[in-house]
Amino acid sequence: MYTGVPTVKRTAVYVYQTPVRIWHWVNALSITVLAVTGYLIGSPLPTLPGEASDHYLMGYIRFFHFAAAYVFLVGFLFRIYWAFVGNSYSHQLFTLPFWRRRFWSELLHEVRWYAFQEPEPRKYVGHNPLAHLFMVVIITVGGLVMIVTGLALYSEQTGLGSWPDALFGWVIPFVGQSQDVRMWHHWGMWVIVVFVMLHVYTAIREDIMSRQSLISTMVSGWRMFKDDRP
Amino acid sequence: MATTETFYEVMRRQGISRRSFLKYCSLTATALGLAPSFAGTIAQAMETKPRTPVIWLHGLECTCCSESFIRSAHPLVSDVVLSMISLDYDDVLMASAGHQAEAILDEIRLKYKGQYILAVEGNPPLNQDGMSCIIGGRPFVEQLKEVAADCKAVISWGSCASWGCVQAAHPNPTQAVPVHKVITDKPIIKVPGCPPIAEVMTGVITYMLTFDRLPELDRQGRPKMFYGQRIHDKCYRRPHFDAGQFVEDWDDEGARKGYCLYKMGCKGPTTYNACSTTRWNNGVSFPIQSGHGCIGCSEDGFWDKGSFYDHVTNTNVFGIEANADKVGIAAAGTVGAAIAAHAAASAIQRIKQRAGEHHEENDQT
Ligand code: HEM
Ligand code: HEM
Ligand code: SF4
Ligand code: SF4
Repeated sequence: MYTGVPTVKRTAVYVYQTPVRIWHWVNALSITVLAVTGYLIGSPLPTLPGEASDHYLMGYIRFFHFAAAYVFLVGFLFRIYWAFVGNSYSHQLFTLPFWRRRFWSELLHEVRWYAFQEPEPRKYVGHNPLAHLFMVVIITVGGLVMIVTGLALYSEQTGLGSWPDALFGWVIPFVGQSQDVRMWHHWGMWVIVVFVMLHVYTAIREDIMSRQSLISTMVSGWRMFKDDRP
Repeated sequence: MATTETFYEVMRRQGISRRSFLKYCSLTATALGLAPSFAGTIAQAMETKPRTPVIWLHGLECTCCSESFIRSAHPLVSDVVLSMISLDYDDVLMASAGHQAEAILDEIRLKYKGQYILAVEGNPPLNQDGMSCIIGGRPFVEQLKEVAADCKAVISWGSCASWGCVQAAHPNPTQAVPVHKVITDKPIIKVPGCPPIAEVMTGVITYMLTFDRLPELDRQGRPKMFYGQRIHDKCYRRPHFDAGQFVEDWDDEGARKGYCLYKMGCKGPTTYNACSTTRWNNGVSFPIQSGHGCIGCSEDGFWDKGSFYDHVTNTNVFGIEANADKVGIAAAGTVGAAIAAHAAASAIQRIKQRAGEHHEENDQT
C-alpha cells in the first residue's frame, strides 16, 4: 500500500558523546575567532582618527586572538584526554588506519562518490574515510602546528624566561627567524579556512545526500541511518 | 711586558686620567644595566686584572661594524676600549701592516694561548677553497680557524659574522657562512646588526674584558642585555600600534603624525635589537624615529625574507615564491566557486535520483 509516507526503517547509533559535541562547537567558534582576528593582525583595519589614547583597537583584536587561542588550546588538550576516556569514535581524530587496505578502498569510494562516479555512498558510524583523513591532517596536525607556532610568537611578547618561551621559544630559531614563524602561522590560517569551507559544505551536502545524518549527529550525538541496506 | 700590564695601566699609558677612568667605569655599569655600585667592581677589576688581548679579524665584510664601533656615543668609551684592543691586531685600526702585522698575530697566539678574545667582523666564504676572501695571501677561513684554535671565546660582530648577511643572501655564490658554521668548539657571542649599535659593541666587549666572563646569552647566542626584546616591545610608536593608527602611505597624515609603521612593513615586531632603547648616533634617533620601518637588519637572513615594505612577506620554499594572503584568497575563492558548482551538480543529481526513487516506490505499490 502506498501511503505517501516513507516506510524505510531508521537505525540509530550514539556516536558523539556530549563532551565531544560541546568541544566541536566551542572549537568551531574559537577557530572562527582566531582566523578573523588573525587576519586582522596581519592586515589591520583602516587607521582610526584622534588620539592614540582614544582607542585600543589593535590591542583588543590581539586580545581576542589570544583569548580564543587559550580556548582552542585548552579544548585541544581536553580532546586528547577525551580520546583516552571516551568511546571508540573519540579516538578517530587522533588515529588514521592507513595500514588497512579497507581504509584506502573506502577512501577511493568516497572520492568517487563526491565525483559523481558512485550512485550512493557507504554508511559509516564514525567519520567517512575522506572526512577522517582531513580531520586528522588539518585539525590534529594543523591545529598542533598552529598551537606551536602561535605559542612561539606569544613567547616573544611574554618575554625571555616566561613559560611560552621555555616551552616553545626554540621554535623560532628552528624555523628560521621570527618573520618565518609568523608567515607559517599565517599560511596555516588559510589552510584551515579552506578546510572549514569544505567541511561545512560537505556536512550540509552529506546531511542531505548521504544515507546518514550528520549535522544533527553533531548536535544530539546520534547517528541516524536512512535505510537498512548495508 | 704586556702580560703583566693591567687595563688601568694601559689606559693611563694612553693618557686617560684617573677621573676619566672612573667616569668610564660608572658609564659602563649603566650601559650594562648594572647597579651603580658595580662601577667600583669594574674599576677594581680593571686596576688589578691583567689586560685581556683582543684580536679583531676581518673576513668578507664592508667594515660597517668597525665604522659603527669607532663612533661610540661616548668618546671616552671608544677611546678606552680602542686603547685596550687596537694594540693587538686589527687590520683596519692597527698601525703595523704586512708581514709585521701577521707576525704580531702569531706572537699573540703563542703568548696568550687560550686567553685572548677573537672578534670577527665579516665571514668566511667556502667556495673555491675560500678564494673569495684572501688575507695575507691565504684564504680567510684558514686564518680564522688558526686564530680561533687558541682563543678563549669568539665575538661575532654584526649580521655577517652572526648570520651571513648580504654576502650569504640567495644565491650566495661564494658560499659565505657565519662564523659558528666554521668554529664549533669555542663559545661564540653573536652581536648581530648591520651594523650593530656602537654602544652595544662596546658594552659587550667591556663586559667580557672587565668581568672576565661571557655575558648571559639567549638561545641563539646573543647577549640578553641587548637582544632580549624586540624593537616593537620598546618602540615609542607602540601606542599607535595598539590603538590601530597606522601610516598607510609614505606621505599621508599618519606619516606626519608619526603613527605606527606596521602597514609599511616595519619589521620591529620580528626583530631583536636595542635600537628602540639605545638608538643611534649618540642616541639621536633610529630608523623608526626618522619615519622608516625597521628592516630587521639584526635578524637571520633578513635579505631573503621578502620585501622590507610588506608585513605579510613572500615565502620562499623549494624555489617557489608565494604570498600567503594572495594564495590564500585565491584558494578560498577557487574552493568557494568549486563548492557552488559541486552543490549545483549535486542538486541536479538529487533531482534525477528522486525522480527514479518515486518510480520505484510507485512500482512497489
Ligand atoms: C557551521 C559550522 C560547522 C558545521 C555545520 C559542522 C558540522 C560537523 C559535523 C556534522 C560533524 C560530524 C561529521 C561526522 O558525522 O562524521 C563535524 C565533525 C567535526 N568538525 Fe565540524 N562543523 C562546523 C564547523 C567546524 C569547524 C569551524 C571546525 C574546526 C576547524 C570543525 C571541526 C570538526 C572536527 C575536528 C570534527 C570531528 C569531531 C571528532 O571526531 O571528534 N567543524 N562537524
Ligand atoms: C587555528 C588557529 C589559529 C589561527 C587561524 C591563527 C591565525 C593567525 C594569523 C593569521 C596571525 C597573523 C600573522 C601575521 O601576519 O602577523 C596570527 C598572529 C598571532 N597568533 Fe595566531 N592563529 C591561531 C592560533 C594561535 C594560537 C593557538 C596562538 C597561541 C597563543 C596564537 C598566537 C598568535 C600570536 C602571538 C600572533 C602574533 C600577534 C602579534 O604579535 O601581534 N595563534 N594568528
Ligand atoms: S613602528 Fe614598527 S616597531 Fe614601532 S610599534 Fe609600529 S610595528 Fe612596532
Ligand atoms: S631599527 Fe631594525 S633595521 Fe634599523 S638598525 Fe635597528 S634592527 Fe636594524
